[in-house]
Amino acid sequence: MFSLSRKDVTTLAIFSVIVLTMPIWLSPLGAAYPGLMQKFAIYAIFAIGFNILFGLTGYLSFGHAAFLGVGSYTAVWSFKLLSMDMIPALIFAVIFAGIFALFIGYFSLRRSGIYFSILTLAFAQMSYSLAYSVLTPITNGETGLLIARDDPRAIDALLGVNQTTSGMPTPSLLGFDLGGYGGFYICAVVSIAAFFLSQKIFASPFGMALRGIKSNQTRMKYTGFDTKPYMLTAFVISGMFAGLAGGLLAVTDPIAGAERMKWTESGNIVLMTILGGVGTLVGPVVGAWLIKYFENIFSAINVNMLNAFFDFLPEGMQAVMVTILSKFVGEGWHLTLGLMFVVIVVFLPGGLVEGTERLMRWLRRRSKERDEPTGQVASGRTGNE
Amino acid sequence: MSKAPPNVVLHVADVFKNFGGLKALSDIDLQIVEGQTHAIIGPNGAGKSTLLNVIIGQLPPTSGAVIFEGAMLTGLPPHKINQLGISRVFQTPEIFADLSVLYNVMAPAFARRDGAFRIDMFNAVQDQSDIREEAETLLREFGLSDRRDDHAGALSRGDKRRLELAMCLIQRPRLLLLDEPTAGMSRHDTNTTIDLLKAIKQRGMTIVIIEHDMHVVFSLADQISVLAQGRFIASGLPQEVKDDPRVKEAYLGVPAE
Amino acid sequence: MNAFLAQLLNGLDKGGAYALIALGLTLVFGTLGVVNFAHGALFMLGCFCAVTFRYFLTIETVTIDPTKLSPWGAPVEVRTPLVQSWLGDWGAILVDYSVPISVLFTVPVMLVIGIAMERGLIKHFYKRSHAEQILVTFGLAIVLQEIVKSFFGANPKPQPIPADLRMAADVGAWFGMEAQKLTYPLWRLIYLLFSLGVIGAVFAFMRYTTFGMVVRAGMADRETVGLLGIDIDKRFTIVFGMAAVVAGVAGAMYTPLLPPNYHIGMDFLVLSFVVVVVGGMGSLPGAVVAGFLLGVLQSFASMNEVKSIIPGIDQIIIYLVAIVILLVRPRGLMGRSGVMES
Repeated sequence: MFSLSRKDVTTLAIFSVIVLTMPIWLSPLGAAYPGLMQKFAIYAIFAIGFNILFGLTGYLSFGHAAFLGVGSYTAVWSFKLLSMDMIPALIFAVIFAGIFALFIGYFSLRRSGIYFSILTLAFAQMSYSLAYSVLTPITNGETGLLIARDDPRAIDALLGVNQTTSGMPTPSLLGFDLGGYGGFYICAVVSIAAFFLSQKIFASPFGMALRGIKSNQTRMKYTGFDTKPYMLTAFVISGMFAGLAGGLLAVTDPIAGAERMKWTESGNIVLMTILGGVGTLVGPVVGAWLIKYFENIFSAINVNMLNAFFDFLPEGMQAVMVTILSKFVGEGWHLTLGLMFVVIVVFLPGGLVEGTERLMRWLRRRSKERDEPTGQVASGRTGNE
Repeated sequence: MSKAPPNVVLHVADVFKNFGGLKALSDIDLQIVEGQTHAIIGPNGAGKSTLLNVIIGQLPPTSGAVIFEGAMLTGLPPHKINQLGISRVFQTPEIFADLSVLYNVMAPAFARRDGAFRIDMFNAVQDQSDIREEAETLLREFGLSDRRDDHAGALSRGDKRRLELAMCLIQRPRLLLLDEPTAGMSRHDTNTTIDLLKAIKQRGMTIVIIEHDMHVVFSLADQISVLAQGRFIASGLPQEVKDDPRVKEAYLGVPAE
Repeated sequence: MNAFLAQLLNGLDKGGAYALIALGLTLVFGTLGVVNFAHGALFMLGCFCAVTFRYFLTIETVTIDPTKLSPWGAPVEVRTPLVQSWLGDWGAILVDYSVPISVLFTVPVMLVIGIAMERGLIKHFYKRSHAEQILVTFGLAIVLQEIVKSFFGANPKPQPIPADLRMAADVGAWFGMEAQKLTYPLWRLIYLLFSLGVIGAVFAFMRYTTFGMVVRAGMADRETVGLLGIDIDKRFTIVFGMAAVVAGVAGAMYTPLLPPNYHIGMDFLVLSFVVVVVGGMGSLPGAVVAGFLLGVLQSFASMNEVKSIIPGIDQIIIYLVAIVILLVRPRGLMGRSGVMES
């Protein structure tokens, strides 16, 4: 059950090392603080889950943020009603997101192509609107759902856990506080587990069936596969990953708001997946990290920093450069994001992973050509592009 | 000649199919006997495709029934019909273009082994050595071994056709439906395909073949039924059909080889 | 009854905006086969054409009038828009009527923007997957709205209705009801008529010009039209420009009804996609019918009587309708079968 192919074991090992050593290698990049690294791990989980649906079956959901939102709300409610421990919170987050995904997926998967996308979008927008209006007793509307000191917390009360004497209680794991790096390492371990699970799915007959659906649904049906339950399972699994990510967001910061369910958030996860490379194992993770990183770095830069940076230029030039670049940073970092989006889709339709592979192939071919000056170029090329 | 009564695998019983006022199929009665290759021929528009779609359950007949080994096929979804033991080759090959050639052949074997739906997330495809070996053997037989790891979409048309056949055969179907298996092929590819089908036939496979090309039909068929205007005008051994004057009439302009 | 009519009217002007956006969206989809997530941004750009136009009109000179003093003794600053000092009363009227007049400014600007967008980016995506089209246009939409944000800021920019039109039309009286029983803001009525006019113009153009006929033929069967040796590409560019213009003028005229901000396009985009799908992908009449239908439904759903029965319905009605229609009638109200199914 836990075995992997040798290649997958290597990938998993490298992935684990990279994730766990984030505090080290991110510090020269100015991103080694727990809050941001937690986001890296959490959005990686979200993207990995989304990729199981979009990458394997090719069904583009535009409503996955809803599952993230459900996960967050559920986790906060678990903090309020049951316990400040993260285990019940995450379990319920995953279960509720899964049930929600089962419901939405059951209906949405009756259609394919853009109709499927619009259905998921409509369901998610509906949830978003309801979270702001009718469901306010559950979601606490615009304020967002918060924990309070006098919440019942049945399990904690039963076990006699009296977490704090002063201030707001914080999420914990079996009594250990999850502030700062603790929270990061929890998220990191969960993200490694999520990556492992996605490796298993990719290599399994189930994953093969999903790829078959993406490739040729007619053939799948005439080959004896009942495609509907396969897709619904993939949809629910990816919804559960999103719920897990949402739950972890609540663990690291126990508040849940409806803005997490907005459709632009769903758009972001699509972007992360595409940026890295749809249908590849590591692509979505890379995409999630890059976007969260750039969001953080670019939005933190301000005019003063730009001025300092371009100090070496003559004054007029400096002013021009700062004026132009200031549009791309701080508040305007979305402009950079949008441009990145366009550039990636135009020039790197397969995402960064494919781009890197192409670059590697090209380099290898070049070095080969240099070794054999007679130039048997054709030998480097195979049937697949 | 034969001792035991012939085992009828597929029985198309008194099928009529109307589209509005148009009688696409009338009074079709067809018995496919186990181990035989039965060809259905006929000029364009004779109703061959309609018949195929009725057999495969895609079109419900207006009256009559299609019975496969005691089970009614009418109204069943494609995957259930396949699970009963019918595999189908399409006019234009339906393969998994994005998957490797090997996976193309392995996937149908999973459907055979695990049924229409099974969530198996924790075993690797690569570790299923029995299925893998079976697929590799089949690929060797079909001359596709050296393309094993290529994307199936990169294959030539003839290779795609062969691959599709291999995908059907790995399911060990009780009945193989071939919809114009040599359509659009060169003479050479056609002949290779005929040889391949002959080999499949040798193993005792029951085959229904819908075909245009008389060369293919007479090389393979044990039984031939001729459709014209939605009815069978002749049915029997190849030689009988060949000599039937009604067939010659219906096939005006088609060279009787 | 009057409440019913009032809600009907209320829904119609919003429906007009939906219909205009959806019309362009479906035109682009039907002819170019492109799912354009930047279409909402075109609506937004149209809004800001009106804002910009007014901005230029109201560039002022500040003079100090020494003859008058403010209550606390400081000289009064007199701000005169340049146009007014050049053109006198005509200039004042020009400023007052900036929104309707800005349509004339919006048309060429949007045409240029549309053509530039199509030539520069969209045309490279005709043969790419719908997912990629969605992504690249989504990215483009973000870029456009951020550019607007960096020029105009994040706050809404309210635009005035011309003073003479700032009144309620006594619609009831026109239909023989008692006076003042059913009134309706005149500008909304104007917007409704305007949108009907634009819709009519688009349909007439598609129906009675050779250009329109070729485009319609292209919508039905692109390959064949291509085979006829007609340079369909150039026409597609113009179609895209046209869609941009329609979205743009819809936005410009809408500014007095809803002060535009930089993300107004995104808000309308989701709705208009729903409209297009409900109407049926690639169907022009479907887009128009669905636009008005959803506008009116939304308006009825926001009545207190309805809200008290089904709380929150006003927020979700459009999505609910979209889901039901897609599940019951997957091709929408008037869509052809098979469009974008694979």
